[in-house]
Amino acid sequence: MSNNINLKRGLDIPISGEAAQKIKKAVSPDVVAVKPTDFRGLLPKLLVKEGDKVLAGTPVLADKKSPDIVFASPVSGTVETVVRGEKRKLLEVRIKADKTQEYVDFGVRKVKELSADEIKEALLKSGLWPALIQRPYGVLASPEIRPKAIFVSAFSTAPLAADTDYVLRDEFANIQTGIDALTKLTDGGVHVSFDSRNYSGTPFHKLENVIQHTFTGKHPAGNVGIQIHHICPIKKGDTVWTVSLLMLAAIGKLFNTGRYDMTRKIAVTGPKAIDPSYVTGLPGMAVADLKEFYDNSAEELRFISGDVLTGTSVGEAGFLGFYDNQVTIIKEGREYEMLGWAKPLRSGLFSASRTYFSWLTPKKKYDMDTNLHGGVRAFLMNDVYGKVLPMDIFPVYLTKACIAGDIDKMEKYGIYEVLEEDLALCEYVCPSKIDIQAIISDGISLMMKEMA
Amino acid sequence: MNGLRKLTDKIKPAFEKGGKLGFLHSTFDAFETFLFVPDTVTKRGAHVRDSVDLKRILIIVVLALLPAMLFGMWNVGYQHSNAFGLGWGFWNMFWYGLVKVIPLYLVSYIVGLGIEFISAQIKGHEVSEGYLVSGMLIPLIVPVDVPLWMLAIAVAFAVILGKEVFGGTGMNIWNPALLCRAFLFFSYPSKMSGDTVWTGGLDRFLSEGTAYATNGHGLVDAFSGATPLAYKSVEGLQQAGTSFMDLFIGTVPGSVGETSVIAILIGAVILIWTGVASWKIMLSSVAGALAIGYLGFACGATDLPGYYQLVLGGFAFGTVFMATDPVTSAQTETGKWIYGFLVGALTVTVRIFNPGYVEGMMLAILLMNTFAPLIDYYVIEGSIRRREKKVKVA
Repeated sequence: MSNNINLKRGLDIPISGEAAQKIKKAVSPDVVAVKPTDFRGLLPKLLVKEGDKVLAGTPVLADKKSPDIVFASPVSGTVETVVRGEKRKLLEVRIKADKTQEYVDFGVRKVKELSADEIKEALLKSGLWPALIQRPYGVLASPEIRPKAIFVSAFSTAPLAADTDYVLRDEFANIQTGIDALTKLTDGGVHVSFDSRNYSGTPFHKLENVIQHTFTGKHPAGNVGIQIHHICPIKKGDTVWTVSLLMLAAIGKLFNTGRYDMTRKIAVTGPKAIDPSYVTGLPGMAVADLKEFYDNSAEELRFISGDVLTGTSVGEAGFLGFYDNQVTIIKEGREYEMLGWAKPLRSGLFSASRTYFSWLTPKKKYDMDTNLHGGVRAFLMNDVYGKVLPMDIFPVYLTKACIAGDIDKMEKYGIYEVLEEDLALCEYVCPSKIDIQAIISDGISLMMKEMA
Repeated sequence: MNGLRKLTDKIKPAFEKGGKLGFLHSTFDAFETFLFVPDTVTKRGAHVRDSVDLKRILIIVVLALLPAMLFGMWNVGYQHSNAFGLGWGFWNMFWYGLVKVIPLYLVSYIVGLGIEFISAQIKGHEVSEGYLVSGMLIPLIVPVDVPLWMLAIAVAFAVILGKEVFGGTGMNIWNPALLCRAFLFFSYPSKMSGDTVWTGGLDRFLSEGTAYATNGHGLVDAFSGATPLAYKSVEGLQQAGTSFMDLFIGTVPGSVGETSVIAILIGAVILIWTGVASWKIMLSSVAGALAIGYLGFACGATDLPGYYQLVLGGFAFGTVFMATDPVTSAQTETGKWIYGFLVGALTVTVRIFNPGYVEGMMLAILLMNTFAPLIDYYVIEGSIRRREKKVKVA
């Protein structure tokens, strides 16, 4: 507790539509989807065909590269369609849910009595292995590796993110079980980072068997990548795993109940969400199941699985991502604004810079939309990015190295330490409107290809 | 407003690829995005974006330059009135300055933006806004009587060889406005230095015996026309009738916009307050100038106390508006301190030790532009090495 890490740089984006802490409904899904696109670099192998009966926990997909890693159906039902995209790329496996849910029984087990290999096997078989993300690169964890350490962020600073304490309050015992299990997979221990301002307020500071850290700061202080950077930076050759509390709860449930139970509280948020609040649902559930939360009869809306900085636009016909417990609904900003850039005031819009006057109203929340607010240009300003990135790296140099595809420079400027999400704020504030996350993503793909 | 939008939408198809006027696509796009913030939405990455864009940032710089520009216009008239003993009032002076300075702006923008538009057209890019600021700067850093054709050539040189060959705004190594001035300085030194170029109408009067708005007057007896930089001591300045306050307010001969420290300070406040320009560069440049200024004073190399260096010549203008150009200055925060300090130090070094080129600001900034990437390189290498050590210890 003594060594609180105080991050001065960052930005909390004041977007409206925070979810009220109440459960508006329990979504009993009709059709859910398992999406290979939720996982970086996954080459999926289909294990079922249309018409097959599955239970909650039945493997649907496997990883071609390491076939032990499987992805399970979150519901019991019938495989309805297999959706493919260009070049027959597998996009979704849609499963029609039954009225009553049946689970594959993996058996209740006492974690304390299990060996590391037994835990690994249980996670792999149940489809919970993908909960573990491996850095560098943010890929699926490799079962052959014993990571340097495992990192967990116990708070989220992302815009409108679901309140960790609220959504996981009842899962304390499961999370503890999950941590006990994962501790056996590493020698470096499980590091859990807390928000120092809420340290005594959160029930999770009572978690045992963990190494605790506290952070103070604006977004992205809650990003696990930022936390690792300050706790124990990733060097070349290091491998660490990260896992979210949400997934720890699911892992705990696996051992405590013997079920692959992915039920979670999901925050429905955003300026265009009607009465933003929480629902209970499953990963892979359809956005259309949230009908009472939006009205797109008059305007075009964007449905994001995740938050506005890093989420995926899935569309009204889309499905919630595997790792997400948030849906954000915002307006598509397809509107022209006459001489917008020249207006002295633009009171409806937020800017982190002082070139507008939104700094005068620090408490105000804004109904943000998806307009780019400008044209794409070359990098011009150089000091705006560092102000929102509490890491000891040079974001513009890293981005330029990625554009150039220069492996040596990418290594030098810290590609091992970042994922797209860590630089999302740099992208948000960029006056040149450069898609920094996409550039970093391409850079990571190149690294994976070249260094494999 | 809606009518204008409808009109734009109506003529837009003609300018799209394959349209009748498709070859003017970039030009149309530039005008359209000037009038309207476009309707483009985010496709990849963050779904919402900050409302600031380059147009906004650059318009802030233009705004910050306005006080210097307006004062410069007045001062052009004031110097002219003094030289010829016209005893003009405020509006008369301002009007004279307006008539003299507007043509400089026309040439600067028509030539510069023309080249920007054409090259964007050839490359099929969008027109970048960068020249809005360069075009605003150029007339402020030249003598008011510079022949327009020379200015046109210099602008073309600066934009083509200083910017477009490197890939346009954001890719250039040297500040385009300063490059333009350097081109003029070395190609046409007689129009860029000496005692006769700084006062509007003087050149023509000396060669033709008459000039616009001399009203039949000749030069007053006490007229010298030299910029205060020519004097090497406080006494010298006082004999020429120039006090510290004159230099601070800016009622002295010089390039159009560089004389008034007050007007420039107003701009500096705007730039620093909005965060558009780096206060680190400005502060360290002042520190560098003071350091060398006082060192020179202490060693007897100059009779001017260090603080005089801050109000003389183009130092203030260069420090606030030119050295802080985010593209050509140092990119790292530590680098900015070093870069700024060296700009200030070099400027004063040139002033003190080189009687040939008394104004060192232009060359100091261009030289430091050249070395900025080197500074950044060592700052970054140092940072990476420090981190590696830290990680090893931990």
